[in-house]
Amino acid sequence: MSSRIQVYEASSFLAHDSPDMESRRSFLGKSGLMLSGAAVALLAGRDVLAKGSKSAGSDVNVLNSALGAELEAIAAYQVGAESGLLQKPVLNLAVTFQGHHKEHADVLAKTIIKLGGQPVSAKAKYTFPVETLKTQADVLRFAAMLEKGAVSAYLGAVPLFDNRDLAKAAASILGDEAMHWAVLRNALGEAPVPVAFMS
Amino acid sequence: MRMHVLMGIVLAAVTGGTMAKSELLGDPKAGKAVYARCFACHALTYNRTGPKHCGLLGRRAGSVPGFEYSAAMKHANWVWDRKTLDRFLVDPIKAVPGTTMGYAGVKDRQERTDLIAYLEQAGQSDACPEP
Repeated sequence: MSSRIQVYEASSFLAHDSPDMESRRSFLGKSGLMLSGAAVALLAGRDVLAKGSKSAGSDVNVLNSALGAELEAIAAYQVGAESGLLQKPVLNLAVTFQGHHKEHADVLAKTIIKLGGQPVSAKAKYTFPVETLKTQADVLRFAAMLEKGAVSAYLGAVPLFDNRDLAKAAASILGDEAMHWAVLRNALGEAPVPVAFMS
Repeated sequence: MRMHVLMGIVLAAVTGGTMAKSELLGDPKAGKAVYARCFACHALTYNRTGPKHCGLLGRRAGSVPGFEYSAAMKHANWVWDRKTLDRFLVDPIKAVPGTTMGYAGVKDRQERTDLIAYLEQAGQSDACPEP
């Protein structure tokens, strides 16, 4: 049920429709894969496949920046989840958000490969200010800071894409990061949406 | 009438006319808020997706130990000061083609000046201990 709904949402995301797309959508629906609209747009956009072109090269650079940050976010949430500081339901929230970042990273990596690029890998070790994380609120505040940074990063990436499908998909991820930020602020007892515009 | 024209010229000279060319004053406090945009990739004291920022002013571009830079940044032959940072931050990809910093830039001149003022101040504060 949910996969059908998601595939339906994806169809409104696409710039191009074709018989190939129909069969792809049908496959996704039958396979039960939980791909977001952004994922489908990234993986299926026709002009995204301009492998090796100059614009693809610059798009790969931007995508790899985003992928690097997503991989770090996954690791950060892992540290938070394993810290023993998070209580349910906040722990569940962290794991859910980590799952979103995993989806983002997966799609970004696949798109980079489709464009002929080499996706960056997760680092063997990440540095986090764990000495400052003493309470659940500390972890939430740290996560909120990263999520807000992610919103700004995607906001700074969207205008750089030569491919409009990629820009649209990045904007979709931006929306997800912004929701993470708002929910984390809310969990901290802060105004979830303190400003009308992000920068 | 002639007096009004003269006053207009004087006012233009001391306000907008000269301000456009003069150096802006950076506000580190405002710059700290702008720096929050960098948090997805940067930190002051440790390398992340981007290199750490402690010690940035006066450092040669592409020279933080342990950080894997793009070839473009390694060979940029820049030294970070107010001027080069301003040039880079307005449009990183145009300033150093091939940089892996996939960010459109800080387009507002005052915001850039504030950000640089913050980085300068933070670099001299307890937030950045001596290496």
